[in-house]
Amino acid sequence: MTEDAAVVDARGLRCPLPVIRLAAAARDAAPGARLTVLATDPAAEHDVPAWARMRGHVVVGSGYDQAAGTWSLTVEVRDRPPAA
Amino acid sequence: MTDPTPSPAPLTTADAPAAAPARAWLDASGAARVHPVARRAFEQALDDGWADPRRLSTEGRRARALLDAARESLAAAVGARTEEVHVGPSHTAALHAAVLGTAAGRRRVGTRAVASAVERAAVLHAGEHAGLDVVRVPVARTGAVDPDAFTAALDDVPTALAALQHANGEVGTLQPTDAVHAATTARGVPLLVDGGASIGHVDVGPAWDLLALDPRDWGSVPGAGLLVVRRGVRWRPVAPEDEDRWFPGGPSVPAAFAAAASLEAVLADRAEADRRRRALVDRVRARVAAEVPDVEVVGDPDARLPHVVTFSCLYVDGEALVTELDRAGFAVGSGSACTSSSLEPSHVLAAMGVLTHGNVRLGLDRDVTAEDVDRFLAVLPGAVARVRAMLGAQAL
Repeated sequence: MTEDAAVVDARGLRCPLPVIRLAAAARDAAPGARLTVLATDPAAEHDVPAWARMRGHVVVGSGYDQAAGTWSLTVEVRDRPPAA
Repeated sequence: MTDPTPSPAPLTTADAPAAAPARAWLDASGAARVHPVARRAFEQALDDGWADPRRLSTEGRRARALLDAARESLAAAVGARTEEVHVGPSHTAALHAAVLGTAAGRRRVGTRAVASAVERAAVLHAGEHAGLDVVRVPVARTGAVDPDAFTAALDDVPTALAALQHANGEVGTLQPTDAVHAATTARGVPLLVDGGASIGHVDVGPAWDLLALDPRDWGSVPGAGLLVVRRGVRWRPVAPEDEDRWFPGGPSVPAAFAAAASLEAVLADRAEADRRRRALVDRVRARVAAEVPDVEVVGDPDARLPHVVTFSCLYVDGEALVTELDRAGFAVGSGSACTSSSLEPSHVLAAMGVLTHGNVRLGLDRDVTAEDVDRFLAVLPGAVARVRAMLGAQAL
């Protein structure tokens, strides 16, 4: 988790809801802002980087808290690509 | 005296089934519709080969003759000797036997196996079950393994067994089995090639030491899986003593005979089936990418199986999408977590670094029509939009 990142708490939510919550936060964020999503669904570990790649954002950090069973992934929001 | 348990309904009925809505079977990978030749061969073998092929009676010998003919035909189809073909009960059992038997036979060489990260779970799990340290070689975004990375893993520690599928059945990407087999041969390591998604659709070639085949994938009846083992591969039975050392109890003769007959039939018109389905997959790839927002069509666009296509939709629950499409008359597969029995997402999609949610996998049967595919493409964008609306995932 990065210090200056806003947190999107998606713990307990099933895929694809963590990515949906993160995307909603990214839509309203300024370019350059950082968002950290917390998730317990194991798909988030793969799907957050894949989402970032498809939407042109950048994953700047990730980690797994074994005791809590929680993934945290931090993305830096880039200019939103035009809606498909 | 009354029986408290209700009697079960009979398994068969003479009543005509109620008229069902038109359905398109677009989930043929590992479960193709039964080919007419397979059905006829199966029925013939039930008439002529129902007996136990191990018995010395006329009936037993007749069953033995059918089984021998089936093995001879299967051997010819893959370029092997008849005695190298073993018939087991399923594709999974064949993969398990290959890994467990080789691991036992080469125990003294090492306890490490090298496999692509996108091998079938049956291969990876069998390796772990055998107590092997299974090194999973990463794959590119297309799903293809890098032969140099695979080779480097072989050189690390003495290796008991290497495993590489001929093509990935989940995304269709072909693997570099020629280059990897050259590397394993040079090091004296047996290579298990999972040809389960390939045989009957593309040529598998001679680059393997053990080859597993799935008759269900080319349209045979359930009840057989094949393992072809080159002479000279060191292995040891892991089950108690039996006349059939690879698959104790021996095969279903009718299922083996149907597998052989239907493989001959599908190989005879493979070129035409390839041309037709390859063009349909090209159409799916192009139109899905153009007509569904926020979608990624995955797998190699060119070096691929002719009949498999997979894509993932952002912000979509795979289970809901499969259900929505099923209701509209289309059976499709999915690698998304919520659609499988495990809660883990597809290890194949994860290893490729593509979305694991919102995944749809099509396996086009040999008799799929262009109309089926066009109808599917027409309903897909609406189905995706409805699932996204249910999740409140609009304008993201």
